[in-house]
Amino acid sequence: MMKTNWLLGAALSATALTFVASPVAAATKFEFWYGLSGDLSERVQEMCSRFNASQADYEIVCVSQENYENNLQNTIAAFRANKQPTVTQISDGGVVDLMLSGAFVPVRELMEKNGYQIDWSNYFSGISSYFSTSKGELLAMPFNSSTAMFYYNTDALKAVGFEGAPQTWEQVETIARDLKAAGYDCPIAFDPTGTWQWFEQFSAIHNQPIASNGNGYGGLDAVVEFNKGKFVDQLGWFKKMTDEGLMVHKSKAAGETANDAFTAGKCQMSSSSVADHGSFAKQAKEGVHWDVTVLPVWEGTERHNSLVGGAALWTLKGKTEEEYKGAAAFYNFIALPAEAQHWSTITGYIPVTNSGFEAMKAAGFYDAAPYKGRELAIQSLTATPPGEYTRGIRLGNFGAVRQEVAKAMQSVIFDGTDPQKALDDAAARSNEILRKFEQTYKGQQLP
Amino acid sequence: MERRAVYRNKVLPWLLIGPQLLLVLVFFYWPTSQALYWAFTLEQPWGGGNLWAGLDNFLYIFRDDRYWGTVLRSGFYALAATGLSMLVALTLASFVDRALKGTKLFQSVFIWPYAIAAPAAGVAFRFIFSPEAGLVGAVNDIWPGIWDPATNGMHALAMVIVCHAWLGIGYNFVFFLAALQMIPRSINEAGAMDGARPFRRMFDLQLPLIAPTAFFLLIMNIISSFTDSFGLIDTMTEGGPIGQTEVMVYKIYVDGFKGLDYSGAAAQSIVLMLLVIGLTFVQFKWVERRVHYN
Repeated sequence: MMKTNWLLGAALSATALTFVASPVAAATKFEFWYGLSGDLSERVQEMCSRFNASQADYEIVCVSQENYENNLQNTIAAFRANKQPTVTQISDGGVVDLMLSGAFVPVRELMEKNGYQIDWSNYFSGISSYFSTSKGELLAMPFNSSTAMFYYNTDALKAVGFEGAPQTWEQVETIARDLKAAGYDCPIAFDPTGTWQWFEQFSAIHNQPIASNGNGYGGLDAVVEFNKGKFVDQLGWFKKMTDEGLMVHKSKAAGETANDAFTAGKCQMSSSSVADHGSFAKQAKEGVHWDVTVLPVWEGTERHNSLVGGAALWTLKGKTEEEYKGAAAFYNFIALPAEAQHWSTITGYIPVTNSGFEAMKAAGFYDAAPYKGRELAIQSLTATPPGEYTRGIRLGNFGAVRQEVAKAMQSVIFDGTDPQKALDDAAARSNEILRKFEQTYKGQQLP
Repeated sequence: MERRAVYRNKVLPWLLIGPQLLLVLVFFYWPTSQALYWAFTLEQPWGGGNLWAGLDNFLYIFRDDRYWGTVLRSGFYALAATGLSMLVALTLASFVDRALKGTKLFQSVFIWPYAIAAPAAGVAFRFIFSPEAGLVGAVNDIWPGIWDPATNGMHALAMVIVCHAWLGIGYNFVFFLAALQMIPRSINEAGAMDGARPFRRMFDLQLPLIAPTAFFLLIMNIISSFTDSFGLIDTMTEGGPIGQTEVMVYKIYVDGFKGLDYSGAAAQSIVLMLLVIGLTFVQFKWVERRVHYN
């Protein structure tokens, strides 16, 4: 009796062991933190689901951090606690800190090691120059790229007799005056903290240096130069326009953001990212007809290429080989032509590769609403090949520098400070920030 | 009479204060030691290296007149918010103390604001004070542009101070009411019989007798205005137009997390900590002497 029980027990455990010995392979989970919210965040979540559904080896977990700043802060905090995600979306402001910290795995190395063939030269030079080493090797995977555009209300412009899209700031001023005279309260919605579109993009298009050493690419000893060029006059012009009521302050603090005021038809012109092209189409109030064009230049100026905005995907160090395989598979997935095209359809972000753009153009994607106008973003980015001051900005702690410029702009618009003085102060403080950054990374070179 | 608890069991007292000690160690001493380390070195945001900087970080912030502006602003904020809050709470407490009709109801209602989390109150007040859409913004219809916290730093600061004071009223009210009710009725009645009007009684009789409570509330309010103002400022003004509602604790956040200047922010937080410790020390040493305990 006992012997039978013992034999039975042994047989059962042996069977059980065989099950344990060959476990069903579970999908490797890895995390992706991104800084988009609202509509765009949902598009990312959909993309993550598609990736998970397309294969069974890896499972990506995508977490929104609301905005780029939060994502940078949270990723840094997680990294220091050794709980970092495998993939994180870092935008232009956070790039230099990350580059010098060595806390990432270069994307080329990652893809080559995992056997994926990517044509790195296919990416738009403006985009890759922002996220590459000085020798042109991409460090991060381009994902959502955009540039600043000028949005205008077609009905309002027609009402004052202007046909087509404004191309120069002089035209914008004339239109604004006519609109004001015709009774429009808010010709242009203006947020002085919008340094990206009103300061950085302006400087690039007019080929104005933001900092020496080719906007910082040449070394950590760069000094800022935005207080010496055309931006001083531009800031003075913003002040003049605001005083005359042609540009109206719209921001979260004032009760309504510039974008909301534009889509509600309250303001007739504004500047924002091309990424908002899709959201505007959804949010525009009934009866608001609008269109988009490249940012204006001053008459007689040669237009240069604008700076790329948005962010790229960085792979962080300290994760397992399996997770890196998953990240590589994910990058490969988003680089698939069909997937990349889908991303550029459902959001306003532009295709990041030459071939992607050509394919969409050939397919007639940009011929009709609601996508017509987005090709102007590519036009803006490729107006000239990236030059010394238009390939990007590579300054340490650039977020802090941006804050100084934003404070200077606010000080001029709200308090009436002299633009030159405000920008000189901002430049002095920005240089201190840069020197402190240089000291923190003493002896290190930009990659 | 000195009050002391003597435990025969040697281990028991340690077990009893253990949890609290643990909290203080983990949430105060550990971060503070980290901050001290960062304040004397140059810390890289992503970790991976420190460069010894000695007193450079401190000299850097002391040389900065924007930093001193922040210090002055924090001081003004502390005094204004504390004064406003305690004044209103004292007034309400003295009215409630008179046991008029509806006292019981008011007693509970006046405490409610304290239960509201600062960010929630911040969002609500931001709407109320909004220049375009808010209730207070209605004055802009009569005198256009008179109330504009979005561009006027003084308006924004006033808005935040009022909201902070409002939140603290409940807390101060509870203590003031308790203190007032501890005063024997006979003292008030004697004063009334001598012909003293309510205001006289308040100033000559009640205030001196609630002085210990008032002193305690003064410390708590000032410390709270230095450290608890963060939630309000972040939701209401984010440092305000042109950084004019940046108090010391908010500047630490902006410099450290947004500006990625960990060392500078650490130096600032050490200074803030010393300031709060110093304030508490000063108040215990000096003000205590003037306080009459019954």
